Amino acid sequence: MSAGAGAGGAGPGAGAPPGRIHDLAVIGAGVVGSAIARELSGYRLDVALLEARGDVGDGTSKANTALLHTGYDTTPGSLESRLVRQGYRLLGDYAGRSGIPVERTGALLVAWSEEELRALPALRQKALDNGSENCEPVDAAEVYRRLPSLGGGALGGLTVPGESIICTWTTSLAYATEARMRGVELLLDHRVEGADVSAASTTLRTSAGAVRARFVVNAAGLNADLIDTLFGQQRFTVTPRRGELIVFDKLARALVGEIILPVPTRMGKGVLIAPTVYGNVMLGPTAQEIADRQATGTSQQGLRQLMAKGAALMPTLLREEVTATYAGLRAKIDSDDFLIETDPVQRYTRVGGIRSTGLTASMAIAEHVRDQLADAGLELAERDDLPDPPRMPNLGESFPRPYQEAERIASDPAYGRIVCFCERVTAGEIRDAYTSVIPPADIGGLRRRTRAMNGRCQGFFCGADVQALHDSRGSLST
Amino acid sequence: MTGVRELSTDVLIIGGGPAGLSAAAALAPRLDGEVVVIEREPAGGGIPRHCDHLGFGVRDLRTFVSGPAYARRLESAALQAGARIRVGSMVTGWTERRAAEVTSPDGLERISARAIILATGARERPRTARLVAGDRPAGVYTTGQLQDLVHLHHRSPGERAVVVGAELVSWSAALTLRQAGCRGVLMTSEHERPEVYRALSTGGRLALRVALQTRTRVAEIIGRGRVQAVELERIDTRARRRVACDTVVFTGDWIPDAELARMARLQTDPETLGPLIDTAQATSASGVFAIGNLVHPADTADVAALDGRAVATAVLAHLKGGGKLPGHAEHDPPTGPELLPGANLRWITPGALRPGTPAPGGRLSCRPRRDILLPVVTVSQGGSIITRRRLPWPASPGRVYRIPFSSLSGIDPAGPAVTIDLDRADRRRARSR
Repeated sequence: MSAGAGAGGAGPGAGAPPGRIHDLAVIGAGVVGSAIARELSGYRLDVALLEARGDVGDGTSKANTALLHTGYDTTPGSLESRLVRQGYRLLGDYAGRSGIPVERTGALLVAWSEEELRALPALRQKALDNGSENCEPVDAAEVYRRLPSLGGGALGGLTVPGESIICTWTTSLAYATEARMRGVELLLDHRVEGADVSAASTTLRTSAGAVRARFVVNAAGLNADLIDTLFGQQRFTVTPRRGELIVFDKLARALVGEIILPVPTRMGKGVLIAPTVYGNVMLGPTAQEIADRQATGTSQQGLRQLMAKGAALMPTLLREEVTATYAGLRAKIDSDDFLIETDPVQRYTRVGGIRSTGLTASMAIAEHVRDQLADAGLELAERDDLPDPPRMPNLGESFPRPYQEAERIASDPAYGRIVCFCERVTAGEIRDAYTSVIPPADIGGLRRRTRAMNGRCQGFFCGADVQALHDSRGSLST
Repeated sequence: MTGVRELSTDVLIIGGGPAGLSAAAALAPRLDGEVVVIEREPAGGGIPRHCDHLGFGVRDLRTFVSGPAYARRLESAALQAGARIRVGSMVTGWTERRAAEVTSPDGLERISARAIILATGARERPRTARLVAGDRPAGVYTTGQLQDLVHLHHRSPGERAVVVGAELVSWSAALTLRQAGCRGVLMTSEHERPEVYRALSTGGRLALRVALQTRTRVAEIIGRGRVQAVELERIDTRARRRVACDTVVFTGDWIPDAELARMARLQTDPETLGPLIDTAQATSASGVFAIGNLVHPADTADVAALDGRAVATAVLAHLKGGGKLPGHAEHDPPTGPELLPGANLRWITPGALRPGTPAPGGRLSCRPRRDILLPVVTVSQGGSIITRRRLPWPASPGRVYRIPFSSLSGIDPAGPAVTIDLDRADRRRARSR
């Protein structure tokens, strides 16, 4: 069942009435900003969620590797380590309540050299220090028993049973949807261009008018350092680190029973192979530091590098067709940890350096920010009138999808009309997306809400029909 | 699962394009039983339905009509023959006993059949699968999507287009773009020459005012929101140049839409990953046949239609022989030698000889790896050359090449595997013969 019509708050994109002062403005409706807005709207607060783009989760959040991390390899004692571990439990639980698809696949970390093999005991110790107590070393024979399609040369491995896969799109959307249902004002297409901090409130000058709030949270991701400067601060610099990924055909899914991790290096977690909740296989990401914060295109070099890596990791994977390629930018900063600080004088919280683990940590980050805001003087009075969490449309293959549900089709034949053949997306689901609390702004938004056009044909069969449904905002008369 | 209707039929044809509809039209009058075609699109006819230009029906109907007219004729022929065509219904998988799981607005069904014909066709390899780098702006299409937009939804594609590929379908894309008011069209091909007969490409270029650049690949797509340009790279010199455009159409480079064949665990061709068939178009599973561009991605629609006609005999024989239920005993008829592609071919189909059964349409279909202006077909078996024969038409990697089935006449049907290859004619030897 899809989320019902929104309750409270003005529609997305509506400007604030003049003179209105929100209790809190959150800048950035990515997965972190949306989680923060959702969390704080659980209290008697007037919250605004500002987003520069036309949709939620449309920046770097949409290109996450979509792993639900245990945090086994984070730096013990770091903020990241604590929030990832907390977030893992919180999001895992929330996913079950809101219908965010999660698959508990587990992971196998594979050593390909003597050096990597020697690094495994230390990694296991690190996992223990991070509270992951069930990681076990395995020999090469066991590696190949678990992953018969793995390329030659694996010397051993370490199991990480808790690592899981999740839908990053549904996560951002669920938080933002629940925030809206709790009355948060979602201000899309509001790019923050200036901030005037006065004694009682801060005026954010945006591309769509001024927004005033007593407290401000900067969860602007890749642009968080730029927002920081608007507050006269310069606590960090974001250096985008591009990660390119290749998504393989669903027919490859049987090759990959669990997440296949490399031994991490200084440059990041390395290139992994993972199943996706949509039933595909993902290879990536690369790691390349770049200057352009908008360079979300793929590169010839990056794709070649990935294919070469894939050929070594799993030669049979490359026999299957590529379904999609994309690039995401990690908001890397000049610090090895999450940077979450609140300035009580400016009533301003910066949330910086949230890398790919931010998806897992999102709800814990939100609680952490909540506590900092309370310490800075934001009054938190719990609400007793909260709606139930939304039930998000299921995009995952391990849960029933509308085209498989006889009763659902019987009650509404639109769920039996498959529009996108490759991903089996029905006209009913597309219609629902447009009547949902936060409808898609463009085809990209529709793809993230339904999977339409995300399949192997990339629109060869359904592209024109999906475009027509987008133009009619999901109306089925076409 | 509750609410799933269990149905059974005699022949279930999956895919209502030229191959499936022609199979239905050929089978229904000759069969004392039911023929059902399942088509996921809202109308039958397959890809020709979207190709609003002349050129269809030459080999099968001895006519020359537009794609939509051809699609309608095939559909009404199948209906008149007594077949049932169910549109808007999609086979999404198989039960363990190889009954088809079907979703439609009427609900869920499991349809079991005494014989199954897979005619699911082919699709063009999209930009992503070609690993073309760059942004992901709007305005990047395959021919299929473009023609759907223009002919079925009456939308205009853009002003300046780059068409990637110079196959038959690429000209179809160029034609569509011109019809839709697109002013400039640049066509690029990685190969040395346009991948259709020269006469057509010269004529096509003149008539359509299409510029053509060979030995060129698209290295990158530029533009956020909407395509602004492509970066073209000369394959031989690596020289790059940027061409402004608002539309990019990736054409041809066909791959079989073989998901259902793969899900049914049929043996596959190692190159196309489509189902392997013998000359009777039977797959590795008894009672399951595969026809059309699913097995030779992608030949013209009329050739696919001829496959459909030809399969009727084998299907009837299977049914008459008390044909075991699909999916039970594998390989019920003994097959002859494998037919394997030589070094200059990417694939060849059928992949095995069924003794006594000629290949559909009297041809073997293959995909050459390179241009061969004066090809010679070599058939060898067990290490010795059985036949060498000049063929009168040139071979190109951009289209399916047809080799007369009679080239196999000297082989031993009980012998080992047969290899078929194409080579450049040795001019001296050719002259002395």
